[in-house]
Amino acid sequence: MHAGQSPDPATGSRAVPIYQTASFVFPDADTAAALFNMETPGHVYSRLSNPTVAVFEERMAALEGGAGAIATSSGQAALHLAVVTLMGQGGHIVASSSLYGGSHNLLSYTLPRFGIHTTFVPAGDVEAWGRAIKPETRLIFGESVGNPSVDVLDIPAIAALANQRAIPFLVDATVTTPALGRPLEQGAHLVMHSATKFLSGHGVVIGGVLVDGGRFDWNASGRFPTLTEPYEGFHGMVFSEESTASAFLLRARREGLRDFGACMAPMTAFQILQGLETLPVRMARHIENASKVVAYLAGRKEVERVHHPDLAGHAGHGLARRLYPRGCSAILSFEVKGGREAGRKFIEALSLFSHLANIGDAKSLVIHPATTTHFRMDDAALAAAGITPGTVRLSIGLEHPDDLIDDLGRALNASQK
Amino acid sequence: MTQFIVQGYPAYAYTGSREFDPKLPSIVFVHGAAFDHSVWQWQSRYFAHHGFNALAVDLPGHGRSPGLVRATIGEWSAWLMALLDAAAIEKAALVGHSMGSLVTLEATLAAPGRVSKLALVGTSVPMPVGEAFLAAARDDPPVAFDMEATWGHVRNVQLTQSAVPGMTLLGASRSLNERSRAGALHADLAACNAYRPSMDAVRAIGVPTLVLAGRRDQMTLFKAGKALASEIPGAKLVALDAGHSMMSEAPRETLAALRDFLRD
Repeated sequence: MHAGQSPDPATGSRAVPIYQTASFVFPDADTAAALFNMETPGHVYSRLSNPTVAVFEERMAALEGGAGAIATSSGQAALHLAVVTLMGQGGHIVASSSLYGGSHNLLSYTLPRFGIHTTFVPAGDVEAWGRAIKPETRLIFGESVGNPSVDVLDIPAIAALANQRAIPFLVDATVTTPALGRPLEQGAHLVMHSATKFLSGHGVVIGGVLVDGGRFDWNASGRFPTLTEPYEGFHGMVFSEESTASAFLLRARREGLRDFGACMAPMTAFQILQGLETLPVRMARHIENASKVVAYLAGRKEVERVHHPDLAGHAGHGLARRLYPRGCSAILSFEVKGGREAGRKFIEALSLFSHLANIGDAKSLVIHPATTTHFRMDDAALAAAGITPGTVRLSIGLEHPDDLIDDLGRALNASQK
Repeated sequence: MTQFIVQGYPAYAYTGSREFDPKLPSIVFVHGAAFDHSVWQWQSRYFAHHGFNALAVDLPGHGRSPGLVRATIGEWSAWLMALLDAAAIEKAALVGHSMGSLVTLEATLAAPGRVSKLALVGTSVPMPVGEAFLAAARDDPPVAFDMEATWGHVRNVQLTQSAVPGMTLLGASRSLNERSRAGALHADLAACNAYRPSMDAVRAIGVPTLVLAGRRDQMTLFKAGKALASEIPGAKLVALDAGHSMMSEAPRETLAALRDFLRD
């Protein structure tokens, strides 16, 4: 709630001021030159850094136990920034097959056009992750809890593999948030979020963030020339020499934000910060509500199957209890008896749940992944991601659980008519 | 980084992305316990680009420099002198932080003719280390890293905004400590704790000296830095509104103080 900000010394403002400015005045020519040559820290231009955005970055780094963070224009921009900071043409990624559809698009269809390829592996098969690693692998990537199949990633086991093979491990922790689990403590090297979701909680902004634990040894790995060799784009700077713990963040900011430009706007950072202040309180309620909904759906005859780690039959049940003792997911999916048509009737009969493409809102949400968020995936990829034509995904909000259950009950009845 | 061979082992020093040029006036920056050259990131880069030959060293067993972690400040001082020899630097300004301040102080006492100026940053003599801190460094390093991060900055440093956009002072400090060699923190702290120079020799220092002290330093208290400055003839005391890690807590102010002193 407090990290990264004290009351504004100029005005006494308790809230984080919104520094709605593109640029920052240089006090003198020498300081201007020093700022550009990284001889002194500070703000130059809001594409590179901004005081309001920096509060969000610092707060997220503190929440995740990292060395620092970079805010981005979206969660997708955070993933892109991580990839392009670590590799170029010829690079390879090993990723979970259970990913958000947008991330799957980027890795499966878009990055290959730029010479970066991905091997997808089942989230729960640690040996498969190891087998997929190639000499050119530069990143291991998975979601703490996969969306929408609610697979629980064994972060400690994959982190051990990543350390053994000297490859950085990035975890998308959008679903869990630092209120439920901290991937860096579990062994990951990098963490990213779509800040649009639970971090904000209000569903009014698009944003992302990338946090570096500062512990991966880029030099020892020997595979990251972007960080360990002179960069002509910054006067021959060697980022791992410049800063041992923040080499990755330096390159990501000094090149990635500078050249790709997917920065966060100050107003966006301010709005996310409003949500972040209540994150642990909200997550507890999200989890409590989700548990009630899971139990309710599991007992309904119209429901074929519920996917959520609360249930003993879920593959991630034991792992979730170990890694996320406070609960791990307000996202769940299930299959309505009657397949796609029953699913359509169910969604259209809901009145409290909003039918839209998002998760992590204060309001409960519903979507049919096979025809929306994951529609570009073929049948094999859908199956690998745990999605069937009848899968319905719910993001459980903060409403009274009785109201949610009432809405779901009426819609389930309607689905069978 | 520039590599030298010092006492038989490679030794690395950050030179601000510039070629090491012994013809330029030299400044050698020495880091503290379980850290490396990068604590001087901003200050050393500035001097490297403003007419100086800046060498921010990784002490043996720290950062990229291999070799044994030394057990005493005297041994570290001997290594520092050997570095000057290896780099063919006849005389250098020495800038040391925390343990590094003791190393540069001892080097000045041992070989005053090799030192043009001395800047002691976050310092005290003696530099006692609490038993709990020493024990944690020996038995439970992660706890000791937390102690170093917490006490190494102003109290409740999380409630301030870092001068470096997006970086957390506590997190960056802890990350750097966690990368240190096993046993390095304990050995470094023990060396600090045991160091007892001759105060008569300290009172006879003839090298221009700056003591840069943080008014809110929880590790080497401001009054201790002030006391040391009063013992060194002609020493200049500069107080910053910062804690022990003033290079990262107050990078601009630290640079300004060093610039005023070293460019005189």
